[in-house]
Amino acid sequence: MSDDGHWLTLLGHLNARSFPFVRAWDDPTVSELIGALAGALVVVGALALVALVTWKRWWRPLVRDWLTSLDHKKIGIMYVVLAGVMLSRALVEAVLMRTQQSLAVDAPGIVAPEHFAQLFSTHGTIMIFFMAMPFLTGLINYVVPLQIGARDVAFPLLNSISLMLTAGGAGLVMISLAVGEFSTGGWSGYPPYTGKAFQPGVGPDYWIWAITLSSLGTTFSGLNFAATIYKKRCPGMHLSRMPLFCWTALCTSILMIFAMPPLTLATALLALDRYLDFHFFTNDLGGNMMNYVNLFWLFGHPEVYILILPAFGVFSEVISAFSSKELYGYKSLAAATMVIGVLSFTVWLHHFFTMGQSADVNAAFGVATMTIAIPTGVKIYDWIWTMFRGEVRFTAPMLFALAFIVTFVLGGLTGIMLAIPPIDYVVHNTVFLVAHFHNMLIPGLLYGMIAGYMYWFPKAFGFRLSEVWGKVAFGCWVSGFYLAFMPLYVLGLSGMARRSQALFEPDYRPWLLVAVVGAFLLLAGLVSLFVQLWVSVRDRAANRVPVGDPWDARSLEWSVSAPPPEYNFATIPQVDRLDPFYWRKERGEAYRPADRYNAIAVPKNSWVGPLVGLAGAACAFGLVWHIGWLTLLGFVGVWIPVIARSFMRDVHRTIPASEIEATERRWLDRAHAARPVPRELETEPANLGLARPFPAQVPA
Amino acid sequence: MSGPANGPQLRHVGLNLLHSDEMEPEEAATGLYGFWIFLMSDAILFALLFAIYGTQLAATAGAQGPQDVLKLGPAFVETVILLTSSLTFGLAAIALKYDRGQFGLVLWLCVTLMLGIAFLGFEISDFRTMFADGATPDRSGFLSAFFALLPTHGLHVAAGCIWIMVMLAQIAVFGTDGRVKLNLLRLGLFWHFLDIIWIAIFSVVYLQGTLA
Repeated sequence: MSDDGHWLTLLGHLNARSFPFVRAWDDPTVSELIGALAGALVVVGALALVALVTWKRWWRPLVRDWLTSLDHKKIGIMYVVLAGVMLSRALVEAVLMRTQQSLAVDAPGIVAPEHFAQLFSTHGTIMIFFMAMPFLTGLINYVVPLQIGARDVAFPLLNSISLMLTAGGAGLVMISLAVGEFSTGGWSGYPPYTGKAFQPGVGPDYWIWAITLSSLGTTFSGLNFAATIYKKRCPGMHLSRMPLFCWTALCTSILMIFAMPPLTLATALLALDRYLDFHFFTNDLGGNMMNYVNLFWLFGHPEVYILILPAFGVFSEVISAFSSKELYGYKSLAAATMVIGVLSFTVWLHHFFTMGQSADVNAAFGVATMTIAIPTGVKIYDWIWTMFRGEVRFTAPMLFALAFIVTFVLGGLTGIMLAIPPIDYVVHNTVFLVAHFHNMLIPGLLYGMIAGYMYWFPKAFGFRLSEVWGKVAFGCWVSGFYLAFMPLYVLGLSGMARRSQALFEPDYRPWLLVAVVGAFLLLAGLVSLFVQLWVSVRDRAANRVPVGDPWDARSLEWSVSAPPPEYNFATIPQVDRLDPFYWRKERGEAYRPADRYNAIAVPKNSWVGPLVGLAGAACAFGLVWHIGWLTLLGFVGVWIPVIARSFMRDVHRTIPASEIEATERRWLDRAHAARPVPRELETEPANLGLARPFPAQVPA
Repeated sequence: MSGPANGPQLRHVGLNLLHSDEMEPEEAATGLYGFWIFLMSDAILFALLFAIYGTQLAATAGAQGPQDVLKLGPAFVETVILLTSSLTFGLAAIALKYDRGQFGLVLWLCVTLMLGIAFLGFEISDFRTMFADGATPDRSGFLSAFFALLPTHGLHVAAGCIWIMVMLAQIAVFGTDGRVKLNLLRLGLFWHFLDIIWIAIFSVVYLQGTLA
């Protein structure tokens, strides 16, 4: 008995059956084998990564140049890498689910119900919290300080902590593949189903703590970006002169600050229910699950705009650059962004029209929901007018922007339908809804992120991505989307419930087969992105753009070398209007040396971020498995580095003026030696990142 | 570095951060501003806890209700202690601004710390009484909401106390350099913020619960 007690203290609820390999050995069904294979992939993948890094002797550069770096550019890139890894997993899960549904018409298929429920829970959780959020946070991190003429974000250390907390949460979701199981309660985790009475296992706990780590990281990111944008703009960079991406980043940050606390609270209270027998959301003793639903969607709806607004920002930049025109209706775009931000807090109830409010309340929220279509419509027209009579080039990011405009409007129309409560009563909980929100988020988030990645990649790495593979990826992502999700509208209207592991209506089969083809095309889109990256790295010598302005673009990030120096700007720029770099080029004032260069202080590397992330993940793992000592160790481990850091004073490193001058001279010499290329040749090897000024520019 | 003539001034408080050479005024202003944003986010958390408390007031599930478990007397003592601690923190801030030495600052921080710990002691004793009466959070939705709202505030006060101790250690090591001053300013915001939350707790939970 006491022996058991020791094991409980040491390992909590962990035992042999916690491992999918053991479960698959005991019960070798296809479903369990798939689970074991996924778990094995995590373990083997992690080991292979460690082996590769050791073999190549990359540990030191990995730690010194990346993990401990406080440079906003490197943190941004690490965020995007994290997003790419998690996108790969969650997309494979999506393909598996589509495969299952296409096989499971009057048949068991290959994935057991419990496993299927875990699949849609991890798919949603990962796509929102560990793909979309890191991706947009990464882009904002990389781009915003450069666009506003700053040398870093307001709080570089907090930035690193945010990244590592998010990575810790992502790590927890990955570990759940190999140890234990994940929640079956969907990405929104509604109690009482996720309460202890219905899911006593560790699944919901993994979900709770992974989300908690990520939402803390996101809150800090929002705080950091808002402080950066309000306080770190260069002289003359009024709010009304910021690139539109900065406006959307600002709005997203404000939403993060105010919308993440409801989520943190919802998961914390659910944890109290599960761990300490509280009665917030239970069926008995005064619990009220409507409180959870309200809290969750108080977060959940603004979250939609946290996701979509940065993509709107990317499209604004991309469309303006590849049409060679000032954004049409800049002020209306900025205003529409902020209006959407405000309205996003007034519509949360439309996520649960059917859960018992009066018709009047539903009507009010339905009207509020439709109101959002107005500022969004303003944006769509502004983008179209920006292209009108512009010199439009159909590069891969521009193609994504165009596909977005068309596809997003379609999704918006079905959103208007769902905003009408009587229609919602009919189609709620069907795949019509699934089709709708994928129709918003794939164009409205993923296309934007991919477009931003392709657009800013040459800035970050100094060479362009392959246009050919970019267009292949575009073809796959767009055709894949339509094939995968348009059938779901039909199926939803025919009454097919969402999250169904098996189906009993033979008429669904053809539509499900079309959808699975679409899913594989989407997977092909992902593969093309990786091929594009590989091909572009291989051919990088032919595609270098060291001067830094490959697209004849307009904002400040293009006014420095590619990749930019660690300190971003040798001298802090002065701005006197919108699109400052474009007008500097027009006036022939670009690429001039400064009168004199001063030494610049940059933050030293710090271990605090990685240690906090690791300790946070350890604490969360301890909580999941009820391992007391690990929880305590993790919790203390989070605070010790933070407090120790507050006793450090020597946290800056000074780059001497001579070194800065040498770096700048090297870059300027290159710029003066380079041959300017006209826009029509921008995708050719001749493009070294120096654009030929275009005469007779008429401002929009 | 940049004097009052050519740099933006600190406009929020009268503390003499400008005379510290370790930090640009812009950096200090940004540092403080970021903490204000954090407090806004934290305020949302408390607002929602209050909302949950409001919806759960009637969810007593046959267990004790507010009138049965809430005692105005001890809560009033706690209120006096916490409000006094805000006053003493204010005195610490004044000492930081005007004193050449650190005696006044350290003294008032220590008094504040003692008051914070005393507040926590009273609060824990309240909870113990409630537990002894069988009013535990697993008994009802109302008690769950109560034991989410008050301990969240209490944990914040405990964090504030630890922060004061860390700051006392930093004063011992560094004196009052720019970063110590900035962190004292942030700590002050945090401490007064907790006071405001407590005033809301006293009004919404205790006054409403016992006098209604």
